[in-house]
Amino acid sequence: MLITTEVFVQPEINWFAISPFTILLAAGVFSLLIETFAPRAARRPLQLALVFGALLASFAAAALLLGTETLTAGDAVAIDGPGVLLQAVIALVALVGAAGLAENKVDPSGDAFAARASAIPGSSDERAFTAAGWYSTEIWTLFLFAAGGMQLFVVANDLLTMFIALEVMSLPLYLMAGMARRRRLLSQEAALKYFVLGAYSSAFFLFGAALVYGATGGINFNDIAQAIPGRPQTATLLMAGVVLIFVGMLFKIGSAPFHQWTPDVYQGAPTTLTAFMAAGVKLAAFGAMLRLAYSAFGALIWDWRPLLWAIAAITMFVGVLAALMQTDIKRMLAYSSVAHAGFLLVGLISGTNAGLVSVLFYLAAYAFTTLGVFLLLSLVRDANGEANNIDTWRGLASKSPLTAFTMTFLLLALAGFPLTSGFIAKFSVFAAAVQANQMPIVLLAILASAIAVVFYLRVVVLMYFRAAESTEVAVAIPSNFTVVALVVSAVITLILGVYPQPLLDLISQTPVFIR
Amino acid sequence: MTNLPYLTLLILFPLVGSLVTFALPMAFGAARIKAVAIGFSVASFFMFVLTALQFELGTSDKFQLTENYEWIAAFGVSWAVGVDGLGLVMLGLVAILVPVVLLAGWSDIADDVAGKFFGLVLLLQAVVTGVFAATDLFMFYVFFEVMLIPMYFLIGRFGDQNRRKAAVKFLIFSLVGGLVLLAGVISVWVNSIRITGFGSFDLEYLSSLDLSLETQRWLFMAFFFAFAIKAPLVPLHSWLPDAAGSSTPTVAVLLIGILDKVGTYGMLRFLLPMFPEASVELAPIALTLAVLSIFYGAIMAIGSRDIKRLMAYVSISHFGFIVLGIFAFTTQGISGSMFYMLSHGLSTAALFLAAGYLMQRTQSSKIDDHAGAFQTTPLLAGFILFGALSSVALPGLASFIAEFTVLLGTFARYPLLAGFATLGIVVAAVYALWLYQRTMTGKPSDAVAGIKEISGREVLALSPIIALTIALGFVPQPAFDVLNPTATKVMQQVNQIDPAALIGGDN
Repeated sequence: MLITTEVFVQPEINWFAISPFTILLAAGVFSLLIETFAPRAARRPLQLALVFGALLASFAAAALLLGTETLTAGDAVAIDGPGVLLQAVIALVALVGAAGLAENKVDPSGDAFAARASAIPGSSDERAFTAAGWYSTEIWTLFLFAAGGMQLFVVANDLLTMFIALEVMSLPLYLMAGMARRRRLLSQEAALKYFVLGAYSSAFFLFGAALVYGATGGINFNDIAQAIPGRPQTATLLMAGVVLIFVGMLFKIGSAPFHQWTPDVYQGAPTTLTAFMAAGVKLAAFGAMLRLAYSAFGALIWDWRPLLWAIAAITMFVGVLAALMQTDIKRMLAYSSVAHAGFLLVGLISGTNAGLVSVLFYLAAYAFTTLGVFLLLSLVRDANGEANNIDTWRGLASKSPLTAFTMTFLLLALAGFPLTSGFIAKFSVFAAAVQANQMPIVLLAILASAIAVVFYLRVVVLMYFRAAESTEVAVAIPSNFTVVALVVSAVITLILGVYPQPLLDLISQTPVFIR
Repeated sequence: MTNLPYLTLLILFPLVGSLVTFALPMAFGAARIKAVAIGFSVASFFMFVLTALQFELGTSDKFQLTENYEWIAAFGVSWAVGVDGLGLVMLGLVAILVPVVLLAGWSDIADDVAGKFFGLVLLLQAVVTGVFAATDLFMFYVFFEVMLIPMYFLIGRFGDQNRRKAAVKFLIFSLVGGLVLLAGVISVWVNSIRITGFGSFDLEYLSSLDLSLETQRWLFMAFFFAFAIKAPLVPLHSWLPDAAGSSTPTVAVLLIGILDKVGTYGMLRFLLPMFPEASVELAPIALTLAVLSIFYGAIMAIGSRDIKRLMAYVSISHFGFIVLGIFAFTTQGISGSMFYMLSHGLSTAALFLAAGYLMQRTQSSKIDDHAGAFQTTPLLAGFILFGALSSVALPGLASFIAEFTVLLGTFARYPLLAGFATLGIVVAAVYALWLYQRTMTGKPSDAVAGIKEISGREVLALSPIIALTIALGFVPQPAFDVLNPTATKVMQQVNQIDPAALIGGDN
């Protein structure tokens, strides 16, 4: 009989330090109560008030925490420069994303989500619920959990907390991806694919975590990092674990060859959700990836660098070459996001402080541009909903100059043109990689950037240089929610391109992970 | 007065003008919108005159009218502007050509999009002014890339039926060059950090770095590649005939007369000072491409059946002369090249605009459609003849001085090469006179029957260019006074001595 003599000591919790994501998760629980007890008519306004209030509070908390460095909750959570900064950016992205999700003027029958997700597509139930003007207000509960999960993901300091954060972030998104109001079968298919592949990647992550535990005897990043130099006999086990964990993470950031879900999910999910997902998941997963690579497995850089080097190269070219061939604009942007994952990895493999700063800047810049692009996409519609086929965008500039102009600006940002945030982001990532003697991958990245311009500009060519063919396609007049969201995205894209110094300063102040 | 930020204002004037022009509603009236745009370009010209008055002659071995504001401290980037002789001349060329082009293109564009066209031209002016004023490599690069956007729209929206392909081809060539340049720019910066521990994009700082020859070679290749696409040298030229051939004559003037000069300007401003040893070592590559371009351009021009394509090929030939003069590394060759950049801008404008008047009347750019135009529009024919002769360097015109000086400067170091290049002038006479013969003489074709003679506005637009071409042809010295100190400076930077001076020194 074994009697353990260790007593469980309740870990000390610094509530202020963990407040950004705690606020969101608590609001998620509260939101569930609203769903349960509030009358149907009151739910939407109550939920919106709760969501925006919680996000603002979370952003404020993260902003106040900037510069704080502390471990809390039994070292499970590391509050540090990059983590808090990412939390603040995630809160902002969620604010803009929530504004996009709240839009209900563009579709004549309501918002972008099914009146009731449980109704069978095409059934009389569905028509009845739609006619009654119902909303699936439970999306807000899911949304809050997803955003809270993202914020926890970037500060998780052990493998289990990270896994839990990963799931808290992902599960609501799987659900929401399947709840589109239009093209519901496509949406449900996307959700299922996302879920199955996501579960698969979670298994990779968990298996990797188990191997790493076996090799190092710890799940805490500090324990792992301490144990790595002293245990050459378990090096193979450790490396296998690291690779499996990275596979799980690469799936989340949408990096080739684990990117297959991206085009389907981006296309099938409601576009306003795609906007939030594309920006938020990239931020959170890459933030966690950075922590793993720099904090937990920093000592193994010589082992993982060649691996991620190859992944980065493959990812960039798979992304840009596949994007070249797309006719659906959402799929094209999905592949473009794959390519951007590759560019981000170029920054990551430099393994230096400059690399960390550049990736963080890139993430912030990319998140807002992506939000803007997808939100804009949700406005261009014909009788059946969104007009996502590239050809339907012909001559849009003559019909709606402002939309075409904003779209062009955002696409140029994605292409990395100067005076947009995309250029500074690319510049800093490439510069960091060159500083770390990674010139070959930078040359590949530059080649990929040149190819990328072709498909971004194809949209511009269609909008400006072609005459409109169908008269059906038009830009819907959105409510103030989307207008504000778009203005914020575009303005941030411009400011980060013209005057990036403040953000660079902010990132450079504390560009280290603690563990 | 001297404390005004002249160069920043020179960038801001057309920028504000472009924003105003874009913002004016259609209801304001197309004619008024155009007038406002031209007003801004004329104001920019006067701003340039004020700037030029502040410029002190003879001291231009240093940048003048400099401004320096911190921009992105994390990368050591500044908003840094300044001019030397070369910069001043290029800014002058921009300031003169834009109002001329806008006036000449007054009725080229449909009224409903005229505001966009004029706004884009002014935007281009602002950006190009930034390119020629920047003394910070990062800032130069930003303007260098942004420059593509207005030009892309100017070609792609307002050209002929092939405009979309031409615009995309232009953009892809330029972007590939630009991205290679970006790799070079980043690499220079990283090298500066490695050598001094301090990263900056300041041109003078970067020029003072002691880069190894190996590094210089790579960086030279990257920069030269980008600049050789911009000022197209064979074999990187194929976008220019398409782009110039498919755009309106006014846009072609901006493209060839101004934008392409950024390539040769970049060689003088950045390439030679930053990588002097590699420039000298690899000069044979540049010289070979230059001579190739001179002949290839001229021969292709003879074979062209399209007026605009012909003129584009002529320009490729002329860019060959400019690059030849630069890489001959003689004071005379370099100042000749810089003078060539000015005179080529003027003669391109004269020929393109005058021929553009004709093409706008006939709605065709085929040479064969224009036979006998002399009989219906003798005056316009005269202007076209002037443009053609100016582009083949008739003595008494600025282009003659330019070509002569370049050849003389090249001869001092490479007599054989210069002699060979001189043959290019003979070929030039063929295409220019043949163009005139095929378009102006003979039996009038259907297309030219009944077309209108050149109007007062059109003459007004051409007159400053023609006056300058003749004036500089007879009295080129003022321009050389401005340019020579820059040439001397470049010679010092690449550590070269005139071969003639060596011989003279022995006596």
